[in-house]
Amino acid sequence: MRDANAIPIESIDGPVETPWTLPYRGTVGMACLILAEAAIFVIFVVAYIFYLGKSVSGPTPREVLELPIFGTICLLSSSITVHFAVSALRQGKLRNCSLHLAGTVLLGLIFLITTAQEWYHLIHDEGLTIQTNLFGSTYYSLVGLHATHVVVGLLMLSLVLGFSLFGLVKEEHSEKLEVLSLYWHFVDGVWVVVFLVVYVLGR
Amino acid sequence: MLVLSVTLAIFLIVAGLLLYALVRYRHRPEDSDREPAQIYGSNQIELSWTVIPILIVVMLFLATTRVILGTQGIPKPEQTTNVTVIGHQFWWEYRYPELGVVTANELHIPISDPAKPMPTYLTMSSADVSHSFWVPRLAGKTDVIPNRVNTMWIDPQQAGLYLGQCAQYCGSQHAKMLLRVYAQSPADFAAWVSQQKKPAQQDFTGNAAAAEGQTVFMHNACINCHAVGGTAATGRFGPDLTHLASRDTIASGAIENTPANLRKWIDDPSSMKPGSLMPPMHLNQHDLDAITAYLTQLR
Amino acid sequence: MSTTQAVEESDETLALQQGRPPLNVVYEWLTTVDHKKIGLMYIAYALVFLLVAGVEALLMRIQLAIPNNHFVSPQVFNQLFTMHGTTMIFFVGMPILFGFGNYLVPLMIGARDMAFPRLNAFSFWISAFAGILLYFSYVGASGLYAAGSAPDVGWFAYAPLTARVFSPGHSTDYWTLAIFLSGIGSIGTALNIVTTIVSMRCKSMKMSRMPLLVWLYLVMAALVFVAVSPLTAAQIMLTLDRYLGAHFFDTQAGGSAVLWMHFFWIFGHPEVYVLVLPAFAFVNEIVPVFSRKAIFGYPAMVAASVGIGFISLSVWAHHMFTVGMDAAANTFFVFATMVISVPTGIKIFNWLATIWGGKVIFATPMIFCVGFLFQFLIAGLTGIMLSAAPFDWQLGNSYFVVAHFHYVLVGGILFALFAAFYYWYPKITGRMMSEKLGKWHFWLFLIGFHLTFDFMHVPGLLGMPRRIYTYEAGRGWGALNFLVGVGAIFQAAGLLCFLYNMIRSYYHGKEASHDPWDAWTLEWSTTSPPPDYNFATVPTVNSRRPLWDLKHPEDPDSDYE
Repeated sequence: MRDANAIPIESIDGPVETPWTLPYRGTVGMACLILAEAAIFVIFVVAYIFYLGKSVSGPTPREVLELPIFGTICLLSSSITVHFAVSALRQGKLRNCSLHLAGTVLLGLIFLITTAQEWYHLIHDEGLTIQTNLFGSTYYSLVGLHATHVVVGLLMLSLVLGFSLFGLVKEEHSEKLEVLSLYWHFVDGVWVVVFLVVYVLGR
Repeated sequence: MLVLSVTLAIFLIVAGLLLYALVRYRHRPEDSDREPAQIYGSNQIELSWTVIPILIVVMLFLATTRVILGTQGIPKPEQTTNVTVIGHQFWWEYRYPELGVVTANELHIPISDPAKPMPTYLTMSSADVSHSFWVPRLAGKTDVIPNRVNTMWIDPQQAGLYLGQCAQYCGSQHAKMLLRVYAQSPADFAAWVSQQKKPAQQDFTGNAAAAEGQTVFMHNACINCHAVGGTAATGRFGPDLTHLASRDTIASGAIENTPANLRKWIDDPSSMKPGSLMPPMHLNQHDLDAITAYLTQLR
Repeated sequence: MSTTQAVEESDETLALQQGRPPLNVVYEWLTTVDHKKIGLMYIAYALVFLLVAGVEALLMRIQLAIPNNHFVSPQVFNQLFTMHGTTMIFFVGMPILFGFGNYLVPLMIGARDMAFPRLNAFSFWISAFAGILLYFSYVGASGLYAAGSAPDVGWFAYAPLTARVFSPGHSTDYWTLAIFLSGIGSIGTALNIVTTIVSMRCKSMKMSRMPLLVWLYLVMAALVFVAVSPLTAAQIMLTLDRYLGAHFFDTQAGGSAVLWMHFFWIFGHPEVYVLVLPAFAFVNEIVPVFSRKAIFGYPAMVAASVGIGFISLSVWAHHMFTVGMDAAANTFFVFATMVISVPTGIKIFNWLATIWGGKVIFATPMIFCVGFLFQFLIAGLTGIMLSAAPFDWQLGNSYFVVAHFHYVLVGGILFALFAAFYYWYPKITGRMMSEKLGKWHFWLFLIGFHLTFDFMHVPGLLGMPRRIYTYEAGRGWGALNFLVGVGAIFQAAGLLCFLYNMIRSYYHGKEASHDPWDAWTLEWSTTSPPPDYNFATVPTVNSRRPLWDLKHPEDPDSDYE
């Protein structure tokens, strides 16, 4: 990835032969963060899988979980909208970018609302809390950890959306927006794994 | 032994070469200022000191695997003495399911004869936190973990007392959760078992103090935690006291079992084993004397 | 070099550094984002905790010097070993190594600072806060004299001992929160290190021309991501158990104590490689300079380091051989652990080959490296012994293990750190440390180290388990424990010598040139100490030893690479 700030440096011995470009530090930093966060999620997924079928009592996944199709579609679509936001910004289409950012935030919020609804149902109708049994502990912690990451992502995206509405986000910021979008794609990727492990395999 | 000799050999060779290099190639004042020849590497040398260690590792690995499979993989022998071990903070509970014996802190087992093996098979779990059963002269250690059953076997050929202690930090008195394993001849072991199977001594005619002590014991909180076979005391939180007086030690090997020590223990366990989960019983001096007299009769 | 000097002479900001009011200086250090100052703060912080944890160790050794001692109560002893271990790993080892990395990595790659200076400062301050939080626990609950609420669950805090029911009060929570926060700082710094190395190298410094120290810090930082995160996750689970009634490690509800062990050691084993790789880094830089030869086998060293990083992720359950895993699992972990000895051995052989045929100068940095080489060799070999599971069934959780890992941490890593201090002190301060005091430091510490840790293997072989506050007479452990304690006193003396040397040399040491050791990497091309901007002109390099090329234009490294 090109370093947007690369300036050819004259060496002491002579002129530059080939341009010296190193990866953009924002992308590298985000990749590192994603690696660390992925490791945390892996541990929670491992705990979830390890404890499948080991609850001593209480509701089982099969009894109480329903596929969150609508929320999933919203969340995964938000990856598409954020992608378009980035490419719009790269082409200097600032309004287009704001629009797609708004779409991303909206879809993310819908996902959170569906999760909240699901939890309300589980707690009040099925009596499943984090204390109920091993399934409750592992389910709420894993889905909750993911939801926390969605919240953080939405906060960041809303911030950028806010800035863009004031016209402060310009073409030269596209690389930075891409870094944020990487985080968002990661959050969506984690959801794919959680969906498969919790709602498909685990039931 | 193989591991020891291989590692020793490696140490002597490498350390020897290092020492030699440091002496032979030290900078001497009369040396010229020229830098020595700069050698950046050598494919043959580097290959050889990659391949040779790999071969050594393979050899050690195969030898180790053989021992692992030889210990863990073998089927349970025909004749065994089965003991269930339950770790507690900070004492050991022993149950002999086929023999109908329940005791604590001192494990009696028969010795084994190579011609006619009679190993002891331990089935272990914990009632609270993780512990570890380690009697070095008998076997390696095996952890004693709650919600998990681990098994191991020991096979002493010589009679005697084998000492060990809990080897997994389990709280304040981890240091005094000692192990005493009495390996006895089959005859002695059988005698011990028959004594342990009897219910507790209850007839104290001629020993007024002990009789009174029994009454005090049964009317106090003691019975909530301790069991005395054949009486109303059926608590399981603390050690079984049915044959307390037959043991050499109390407090899991930490204290010699004498009337004076026993009395002091009952009065205030934390004065002798601070952090022990037995609370002070707040008995008056008279009751303490009585209970001590009673317990010392429980052979 | 001449351009650097010319720029510094005209740089008026340097003159302004003299004679400023103390409050300004304090404010500058508190708000700095300069990698050199942050690095020094990490190091100073770690040294303070080294002293504190060292005192904790001395107290333990006094308690254990004779059987049935009553110097400290069992509860206090249990808190001492927990705090000693936790402090040494998280508030001495990690910060001091991050400190050196912070200081050296940008200089060695010709950069002006780390990739994210503000993140750098944040990571330091959150780690610093975490350490203070952990020590605040001493004044909780029953107060300082009774060691307050200091954690007493051991540095690895096995479940279910850490459950609410077995550890009421807040001692476990102090442990959890302090390490959690320090973990955030560690991940931040590691992120910075990786990004700096990938994105901020000076022109023409291809990855294959980076100094080995930089390679090792790259592997170490990458390991941090994959190692610290499992601990963070496990700590979240533990806190959920303790406060929200979850059952992750609640054995009464079907939870698994062994699961905590797996998660902890998936962190714990790579963690010790995080600690040792920078030690290798220092040795990689110092041994060649004092042997007057290039490092032997640079590509193999890189491959071995990366290999060690990867393999270290697969060996964790050698800490769990006694847990009762089946033979297949035990065998796998035996194999993985033994395999890691191959790249480690390659490194030792490469160091040996570097010295071979050289002209060894026994300055203080080098004698500490020599100590490292012998001691790390021994530590690795006792590690191989322990990797044979049946061996471990007897010796695991005994003083043999304690002796082994202290051999690595003190005999290996601390000796390498001492070497690094003596080597880079001139660069950092512009003064040389005293060679005479350095030798006193070395010999006092060496005698103490060997008295303590050589003899410590024996009680382990005789059946003494770890983490016991006392032991019975008649087990044959008394005399050995006493000797171990005597050694601790020598080590303390050596350490004091070292601290005195550092402080005295700052004011009275001989002034250092920019390259007092006649070395070859980029940090020696700038002044001692470096200016805030590191280099007047960003350098370019043609080989792995740019200063060698400049000093030996008739025979540059670039001809051979």
